Order: sequence, then structure tokens, then C-alpha cells
Amino acid sequence: MPTPTKTINFMGIRKVLGTLSICLVVASIILLATRGLNLGLDFTGGTTVVVEAPADIDIAQVRQDLEEAGFSDAVVQQYGSARDISVRVAPQEGMEADQVGQNVYQTLSGGIDDLQLKQVEFVGPQVGDELRDQSGLAMLMALGLMLVYVWFRFSNKFGIATVAALLHDVIIVLGLFSLVRWPFDLTVLAAVLALIGYSLNDSIVVADRIRENFRNTRETDPHVIVNGAISETLSRTINTSFTTILVLVALFFFGGEVMRAFSEALLVGIFVGTYSSIYVVANLLFTLGVSKEDFLIPEKEEIDEMP
Amino acid sequence: MTRYPRWKFFLLLAVLLACGLYALPNAFPDVPAIQISADDAGEEVPASVRQRVLDTLDQAGLSHGEGETVNTSWMVRLDSTDAQLRAKEMLTEQLGDDYVVALNLAPTTPQWLRAVGASPMNLGLDLRGGVHFLLQVDMETVIRQRMDAWSGQAKMALRDEGIRYRDVAIENRTLVATFDDQVAADAARSPLRTALPEFTLSQASEQPRLTLTLNASTLEELQDYAVEQNRTALNNRVNELGVAEAVVQRQGADRIVVQLPGVQDAAQARRILGRTATLEFRLVADQYSSQRAATGIAPPGTEIFPFKDQGDRPVILEKSKIATGDQVTNARMGFDQQSGQPQVNVELDSTGARSMQRITAKNVGNPMAVLFIETKTDMKTVEGEDGERRQVPQSTTERYVINVATIQDTLGSRFRITGLDSPAEASELALLLRAGSLAAPVTIVEERTVGPSLGRENIEAGLKSMALGMALVLVFMLVWYKVFGIFANIALLGNLVIIVGVMSLIPGATLTLPGIAGIVLTVGMAVDANVLIYERIREELRRGRRPREAIDEGYNRAFTTILDANITTLIVAVILFSAGTGSVQGFAVTLFIGILSSMFTAIVGTRALVEMTYGRGARAPAKLSI
Repeated sequence: MPTPTKTINFMGIRKVLGTLSICLVVASIILLATRGLNLGLDFTGGTTVVVEAPADIDIAQVRQDLEEAGFSDAVVQQYGSARDISVRVAPQEGMEADQVGQNVYQTLSGGIDDLQLKQVEFVGPQVGDELRDQSGLAMLMALGLMLVYVWFRFSNKFGIATVAALLHDVIIVLGLFSLVRWPFDLTVLAAVLALIGYSLNDSIVVADRIRENFRNTRETDPHVIVNGAISETLSRTINTSFTTILVLVALFFFGGEVMRAFSEALLVGIFVGTYSSIYVVANLLFTLGVSKEDFLIPEKEEIDEMP
Repeated sequence: MTRYPRWKFFLLLAVLLACGLYALPNAFPDVPAIQISADDAGEEVPASVRQRVLDTLDQAGLSHGEGETVNTSWMVRLDSTDAQLRAKEMLTEQLGDDYVVALNLAPTTPQWLRAVGASPMNLGLDLRGGVHFLLQVDMETVIRQRMDAWSGQAKMALRDEGIRYRDVAIENRTLVATFDDQVAADAARSPLRTALPEFTLSQASEQPRLTLTLNASTLEELQDYAVEQNRTALNNRVNELGVAEAVVQRQGADRIVVQLPGVQDAAQARRILGRTATLEFRLVADQYSSQRAATGIAPPGTEIFPFKDQGDRPVILEKSKIATGDQVTNARMGFDQQSGQPQVNVELDSTGARSMQRITAKNVGNPMAVLFIETKTDMKTVEGEDGERRQVPQSTTERYVINVATIQDTLGSRFRITGLDSPAEASELALLLRAGSLAAPVTIVEERTVGPSLGRENIEAGLKSMALGMALVLVFMLVWYKVFGIFANIALLGNLVIIVGVMSLIPGATLTLPGIAGIVLTVGMAVDANVLIYERIREELRRGRRPREAIDEGYNRAFTTILDANITTLIVAVILFSAGTGSVQGFAVTLFIGILSSMFTAIVGTRALVEMTYGRGARAPAKLSI
């Protein structure tokens, strides 16, 4: 049987965590500005070839073979197991740019018996540029639309707080991708966009409850209200994050190479998003001086909610 | 407390049954098959050929199905993909050029399911293996060629009217006609306007010069025409390659997507798609000596071309053409009966045939040449005016004579081309002539090839992570929310059925690996709605409400929050769909469907279960297992 919710004083350490958030965001922005992202093939253009051999592949030998064949800039990596490798080559100029994949495969087959071609991806530099622009635009559009939506649904202060939490999450995830050089490709972009939806979702639940408690109780001290609202929604926040993390862990371990970066981005994102829905949203509300007066005018929908 | 409306139960049941029905075909995996169709579209495969196919398979010891008619083609099921590959190889050789042998997958969906239009989900290339190409149509070449033709027309119109002009120059998308004086320029206006309605005429100030600007609508038409014609030609070539369920689609202003599921030889596909080979038949100007040809300066009315593989033996040909490749209606590979050399048997359309007849009749005993023309396009880096380096497609055209033969007799609509190196070359030339030439050269700007083994691995990985993720969530919900957890779990399974059912039902929806990730992710996020509701119910119970009030409160209060939270993710899914490509779009689709169906099952579905357990009769439950 449920026990009464204990109110935890979340806002007691808000200044410390607020400073931490600001530091992380600033660090991420600096990283993104100086190091940038390790953009994947989709955005840079070039060729990736994935091959599988019956036995373990000697990567050093492969590198040497490729160098002799004129692919001195090729990046050779293991792909999932020691029998699979991926070779990435920067965009080539001139004749037969689209046939680089075939040439790389032939070069590799020369050194390894029974080599199987698993995957070739060739993206022309022009297409890569376009995908990059399109993706950046998509991300901005998603953020913009979220801003409009939140604006529409909440008062100014809530809108600013939730959107700030959103930016906080996206910037920190991108910053981490920049820091550890995880490849950023179209699937990761999809993950970041999904994160935008998730993070906002999380913030809205908390913000909704703060708003509700401002309206429905006689309490006027924002500290008490916010702490109460967060405590009440805490088990929901944790449970939802937890189930999402469960499926992401499954994707991370069993989803194969393609899904790895995707689940990494979302795993980090869910942690940051859960944290920010508590600390960034509520924290900013305080900074912006939220008070009961913000909610004095009863809205129509409140009547609808109480049949 | 209001009674839970009965229609909601029925709606729920109806949706689940319908989606379950349409999800069912996915439980029947496709089997490998070979599909045989006559090369002339629309013609059926005769019984004799079908028997030959079955006999061939029997002789090779491959076990096979009865064979079945699919539209106009005929399909035979086989045991394995190995058998499929062997069968294709053997039958292609057996049946020759008249029939196309393609690899395909035959559905094993029972007849009664197929009768209601149920079929399995479409699988993306990353799951079934195959090649994806994005081709860029080189518009500049098309426009340049058209501008050349238009400038010719302008000159002709001026000559016809007896107007003296200095020059008609092509500057990008405009023609600039320069005259000696203003009188001539004024006189030229009206004939130019009639001859070139595609242009807008304007006069440069104070100079006897007229500027003709190509209309935007004409330019667009020209582009549409070129891309559309290329698409048709590519479609023909893909059909000739024998790929079942291939996709050839226009994308954007000047690109074409070609998807070839199941194709393993990307190199061959690339060669055949990208080639813009065509032929011209011309008379040899044999009044000039070979010394004259070696100088490299062509006499008037002629052109000099190298002979294939013999750079030191140039041939002088008349400029005028007897017939061209686009007049070819049929071309087949064959062998010369005496020498056994490969040849291509060609048929011309009526215009080509008439011209061929007229010219060859007058030239019996004279030599005729077959000129081979191929345009290759390449990406070159150029520095733009803004100093930025850009890659632009650049086309180079290669022309050489592949054969010179003496005209023995008047030729009509049918004749043959010899002088080819190998049967493979002959068959490829025949294919290209048959499928039609491309209106504009194309470059491959994106290629994604997924081998069949990787496709299988991806499906396995997707299913494995889905099963594990789902199991973890089910266990968690059961432990945490007990009986209400069971409700949520049933709703979650129902959610999965709805997603799969809807995905199978929408004809254009394609399941990709990120799409599976989308489903897995929705499974994790779908329970959020239930978590919200249940936590609210618990809270209301804590506040001392009676169980049924708590349930009502929980569902009602959580509803707006759930809606809010899900709308944000829906917006993201829509953006992803519009901005993404291929596999990412697959993610957007499953995310979108998953969110809608999870809202439905989590709110309507679990409510129905709760009512069935706790709401029957007037008895109020004393305690909830939550």
C-alpha cells in the first residue's frame, strides 16, 4: 500500500546544481565551437566499406595494403567483431568517385581470402553538404516548434524554463559527442530529435504539476510548492526514465553497430533530460521569480478538468 | 462515478482485431523464388517455357514449387537463397534474351489473408539487402545542348528573313544577338519572337543588340522533361536487369532514386544505370584518303573519329546521320552463323527504317560505319566566383567507330551490328539500345549497398533488442504496479500489434532498422502514460480517496499531461520525416504510429481492463492492487 509522499527539499541545492549546469553547457559550447562534432559519412561525404572475413583480420596489414593501393587517408576500424572491419575513405576527386567502394573491396580481397562485402556506403560531397544543412535546419525547426508549442500552452516563465531545459539537454549531449568523438550521423540526429521530444515531455509533466499546485493550494511559498510538485512527480519521472533506459540498454547491447551511437545519444540524453526536468526547469522558475500571481486568472480548461 | 461507455469497449476490440488480422501476415516469412517474365511487357510466359524451366530445375536437382502466375509473369518457389542464385544463373543462360529472370521473394501468407488485402510489412534495404542509388541528372549539359539548338534556330530565322546579324552568342541562359545597326536589330524583333516563343526579348540600351532570356517556365519544363525521360529510361534498364520490386523515383528537381532490393552485384547495376551509350549510323566519306584522315583536319561536311582500339586508324564520316540509337525499337544479342562472332540484331522504327532504306539504296557498295557514343560524367572540383570550392558534374563524351561494313544491299528496318568484342559486350549494348538512352548524363551521388547477410543480421539484432527491451519493461511494470501492471502490459502488447498492423496496412510504410529502434523506443516510452495515470491513482489513494474515485481522478487528471507530452514527440516525428532520408524516415514513421497507438492503448485500453476488473456491478472495490 502506498505511503504518503515525503517532500524532499530539492531546491535546497539548486544553486550548486545550477552552477554545474551552466558550467556543463558552457564547456559543451566551447567544445562544439573548437573541436566540433565527429561528423559521420552522411554529412561529410566519402565512402565506407564493411567487410567480413572467416578469420580475424590483421588491421595493420589492411592499412598497409590500402596505402599501397593509394588510399593513404583510409580509416580502418573493427566493426563489431575482430572478423569485421569498416574502412572509411574521404571523398575522392575526379574519375569514378562512386567506384571507390569497389576498388577498396578489391584491394582488401587481394590480401584476405573469402572476404565478404557486407556494406558499401557512398555519399557524394554535395549530398553530404545538403544533408548537413537539412539536418541543422531540422534541429532548429524542432526547437522552434517546441518553443511555439510551449509558449502556447504555458505562461512566459514556464515557456522560457522548459525551452532552456531543452537547449541544456541537447547542447550537453552534443558536447559529449564532441568530447568523446563518437560519430555523429543521421541516426544520431534522429536520436537527438527524439530526445528533444522526450526532454520536453519530462519538463512538461513537472511544470504541469507545479502549475496545478500553485492554483489548487493555499500555499504561497514557491519553495514549498515546487518541492512538493517535484516530490509528487518524482516516482513518475524516475519510472518513465527507467523503462526507457531499459529498452535503450537492450538496443545498445543487441542492436548492432548501427544502433550503438543512437542508443548512446539517447541514454545520455535521458539522464540529462531527467535531471534537467527537475533542476533546470524549477531552478529557472525561481530565477525568473515565479509566484502565485502568475496563475491567478483561472483558465477555461480547469473547468473542463473537473466534471 | 460515470459508467464506462460500452462503445469504447467495442471500438477497442474492433481496432485490436483489425490490426491483429493485418499484422498476421508478418508471421509467415517470405520464401526465395525466381520470377520469369517475357521481355515484351504485357506478354505472358507460354506453357512450353514454363515446362522448360521446371525441367531445368529438376535436372539440377533443385526442389521447387509448382509455379504460379503473378500478373503477367510467372514465379517458382525455391528452398534457399543459394538455390535461387543457382537457378537464376542457369535459367538466364537457358532462356536467353527473350525472358527476364529475376530474384524475388514469394509470400507464404495464406490465401484467406491475402483475400482481405493483408500482406507483410515492406522491409527497407537495410533489412533485406540490396542497393540504393541516388542519381543526379546533369542539367547543365541538357540546357547547353538545347541552347545550342535554339541559337541555331535564331540564326536560321534571321537568315530566312534576310536580316544580317553579326553574331548570336549563348551566355548562360540567354541568347545575345548582335547586329550592325539599329535598323537590323529592330527588323529582327518580330521574326525572333515568332521563332523562339520560349524566350523573352529585350533590348540592350544604345547598342544594336537584342537579348533573349529563356522563360522560367520553359526551363522548368525542360528540366522536368529531361528528368522524366531519364526516369523512364532507368526504369526500363532496371526491368532489363531483372530486379523484382525495384523502385525508380524522382526526388527533388534533378535527382532520381533507384532502389534494387536483393541485388548483390552493385558494380553491374552501377555500370548499366549510369551508362549513356547510344549509336549512330553514318556513311563513310571514302572519297578521302587515309592520309587525309591522319592529318586530323576534317574536310567540310565530315568528321573524323578514331576506330575502336586502333587509335592510328581514324575514319572520316559524313556529318549527316542515317539513323540514331533512339530510333531503335528492338535490339537483341545473337551470333553470326558463319563466324560465331557476337552481334546485335537491331530493328528500327518507321522513320529510321525509311531513312535507312533511302540512303542505303543509293549507296550499295559503299561503306557504312556504326559510331558508338558514350557520355561519362564525373565530379570535378572547381573554384566558384565566391572563392568557394565546389564539386560540379562534368561530362565528357567519347565517340568511336565500332564497325565499318560495305552495304551489300538495301537495308530496311532490320539489320545487324558486328565488330563487338565479346558476347557480354554485345548483350550490354543490346540492353542499352533496347532500354533507350538517357536524355541527360547522370552521376551517382549516393550509394548504399547492404549485403544479404548484413540484412539478416540487422533483422536479428532488431528483433533481439525488441524482445529483450520489451521483456524488461514487462517485468518492471508487473513488479511495480502489480495487477495494474498487468493491465499496462496487456496494453503494451496490444500496442505492438497495432503498430505492426498499421505498418503492414499502409502501402508506403517501410520498416527499417532505425524503424525497429523507433518501435523499441516507443515500447519504453509508451508505458509513460500508464505510469502517469497509476502514480496519480496512488496519490489520490494516499489522500484518502476511495478506490473508484481515485481511478477516475487518475485517468482524468493525467489525460492533459499525457496529451501534452505526446504532442511534442509527434511534432518531432513529423519534422524527422520531412527532413530525413530513407532509414531515418522509417524511424519517424514507427515513432509516429507508436505514439498514437500507445496513447490509445494506454488510455482507452487499460481503462477498459480496469473497468472489467474493478467496475463491474455496483460493488465498489475496497482495495486496489497498484
